Amino acid sequence: MSAMILYPVIMLGAVAGIAAILLFLAAKKFHVEEDPRIDKVAELLPGANCGGCGYPGCRGLAEALVKAADKGDLSGLSCPPGGSAAMKAIGDALGLAVAETEPMVAVLRCGGTHEKAPRTLTYDGAQKCVIAHTVFVGEKGCPNGCLGFGDCVTVCAFGAMYMDEKTGLPVIDPAKCVACGACVKACPRKIIEMRPKGRKDRRVWINCVNTEKGAAAMKYCKAACIGCGKCVKECPEKVQAITLVNNLAYIDPKKCIACGKCVLVCPTKAILATFEPPKPKPVEAPAPAPAAEAPKQANVA
Amino acid sequence: MDLKTFKIGGVHPPENKLSAGVAIEAAALPKRAFIHLGQHLGAPAKPVVQKGDTVKVGTLIGTGEGFISAAVHSSVSGTVFAIDSVIDASGYKRLAVIIDVAGDEWEPSIDRNPELKKEIALDQKAIVEKIKESGIVGLGGATFPAHVKYMVPEGKKVDTIIINAVECEPYLTSDHRVMLERADEVLVGTQILMKALGVGKAIIGIEANKPDALELLSRKAKDYTGIAVQGLKVQYPQGAEKQLIKACLNREVPSGKLPLDVGCVVNNVGTALAVYEAVQKNKPLFERVVTMTGHKLPKKANFLVRVGTPIAQLIDSCGGIPEGTAKFINGGPMMGKAMVSPETPVTKGTSGVILVDGSDAKRNAPGDCIRCAKCVAACPMGLEPYLIEKQAEYALWEEAEKEDAADCMECGCCQFTCPAARPLLDNIRLAKSNVMRIRRERSKK
Repeated sequence: MSAMILYPVIMLGAVAGIAAILLFLAAKKFHVEEDPRIDKVAELLPGANCGGCGYPGCRGLAEALVKAADKGDLSGLSCPPGGSAAMKAIGDALGLAVAETEPMVAVLRCGGTHEKAPRTLTYDGAQKCVIAHTVFVGEKGCPNGCLGFGDCVTVCAFGAMYMDEKTGLPVIDPAKCVACGACVKACPRKIIEMRPKGRKDRRVWINCVNTEKGAAAMKYCKAACIGCGKCVKECPEKVQAITLVNNLAYIDPKKCIACGKCVLVCPTKAILATFEPPKPKPVEAPAPAPAAEAPKQANVA
Repeated sequence: MDLKTFKIGGVHPPENKLSAGVAIEAAALPKRAFIHLGQHLGAPAKPVVQKGDTVKVGTLIGTGEGFISAAVHSSVSGTVFAIDSVIDASGYKRLAVIIDVAGDEWEPSIDRNPELKKEIALDQKAIVEKIKESGIVGLGGATFPAHVKYMVPEGKKVDTIIINAVECEPYLTSDHRVMLERADEVLVGTQILMKALGVGKAIIGIEANKPDALELLSRKAKDYTGIAVQGLKVQYPQGAEKQLIKACLNREVPSGKLPLDVGCVVNNVGTALAVYEAVQKNKPLFERVVTMTGHKLPKKANFLVRVGTPIAQLIDSCGGIPEGTAKFINGGPMMGKAMVSPETPVTKGTSGVILVDGSDAKRNAPGDCIRCAKCVAACPMGLEPYLIEKQAEYALWEEAEKEDAADCMECGCCQFTCPAARPLLDNIRLAKSNVMRIRRERSKK
């Protein structure tokens, strides 16, 4: 009886022993020397493998960071989701100084909702923006506007975007957005822009990228930037953050002080802000803007 | 006659050649013509007229810049109203010359005598120059500038010209009518092309569903040396260059190569007619035959249309838009594209316009791939469409390149046969453009 147990135990024990020796030898022979700092740096990264840094996953960036640290310069490498906090921790771990980067956020620049830019065409091809963009102008008729098939939502690895059925436009949740930039790359029409989060989360932007003349753009979208230049004039003289190129205004986030004055003068309400713009003092021009703007702000704030 | 065809893949959609029996008829002049400067493959032409200029029929209004480009001529007489962006079939705006039409005064250099002129006075070089000057592009639909094909690089030898009279797209009948009504001009045009390349052999490939054209051209070709007419089995896409070469000569154009590499040049029969008119009658390309068709369209027609005429005007002369029309297709149903508006103008590449009823125009909702491999059997290039589609879905461009996605000629056979109605071609087209992109990036490095 005891032999029935004893022999298998001895046999298995011997097999295990031989296997252990073989594995030990193999591990010695094929040992790969790896910089322990890579593991350390990888641990400090968020681990989302979003690719926002341009490297394949967090480990890819960690390797690049360690390589750069050997050269003594970490500039040009950054982790958008981790932001400056993660980069500072990595800099400390590698014993190098890291330049402070401004926190960014993705911003949608199209106001062509179903209401403002009704669909005049029907598309029944492959439901992808990249494909629709090459085939035709889009269901709304705007050559620059959002196509509404949600390529940006598909690539977002952080659940920071969703398609709003009511407006037909994607919505970005700034609280979840880590500024990895995947949506910016996915959009064939370059509607999504990476902009600085701004002081106290205050930011102002032109909610349109249409470059056609005002009259032509207004034919298909009531929320288009018509290039009237009112915002350029309204922008305080010392600031001058707004430029008008190709019938399209652009607010330079580096110069903008987020006063919100331009938001009120825009005739098509194509300028959005994350805060309630202050009411103008003169009485003769009461701006009805805040009422129309309020629901949109709720989405982005 | 012994009928030939290509060997791999292909489909046979319902022919629906509704307008085959309708003679070519000149369409009314438009009140205002919108002539796009980019009607051809390659760089758009550069405008050489200004607002307020007076132009005649045949006046040069845009010169071709760069190697692959073509000149554009006025199709009407009148004054230039503006040079502005006008929507094309896809809805995007492109630069166009807008001309307010007054009368119909032709450039005096154009010979309007309809008499057939057989003797070819110009020499080899002068013919190619004339083709270039006249802004002739491939009229089969691809609109490739014709003169480029006749500038054979050193070291390449051409022995045969193939005239593409296949018209394998369903519905379209413009080439068919040109053959029936302008047979002699087409044959002289073919001889001009032969002279331009210095070759002694030309084959006109005609599908068997046009027996009258096949018979007429076979009979007439006997009077012209070196021209043979070849009957072909009805099979789509026989009108594609590589398939036509395979069918007529049993030569295979290797992946990434041109017909030139196997000693051929292929041109459409409409192009042969345009070459005849340009060389013998000094007439630049400013009008073409456009098929107007559709099951519910009250009058089917083959119009001789001046380039720049709004398509809506042609539809009006066919009895207006029938109720329930869902799509206006520019070109054939297989490769043509739905237009965003019938207000878009006719270009050199408009072979026909099909008004499709809502019940026919509907694309079924795509289902899952059932691995039936019908698309593989149908692909005339021997590709695996289901696989390339998946690669496009996951953005695996390097892998798609290995699967020869760039060889796809976008004939649509795969999508046509797919029982799950998958958007195969849409995705393959995406893969193709990305493969081209990574190749360009690689060559830059």
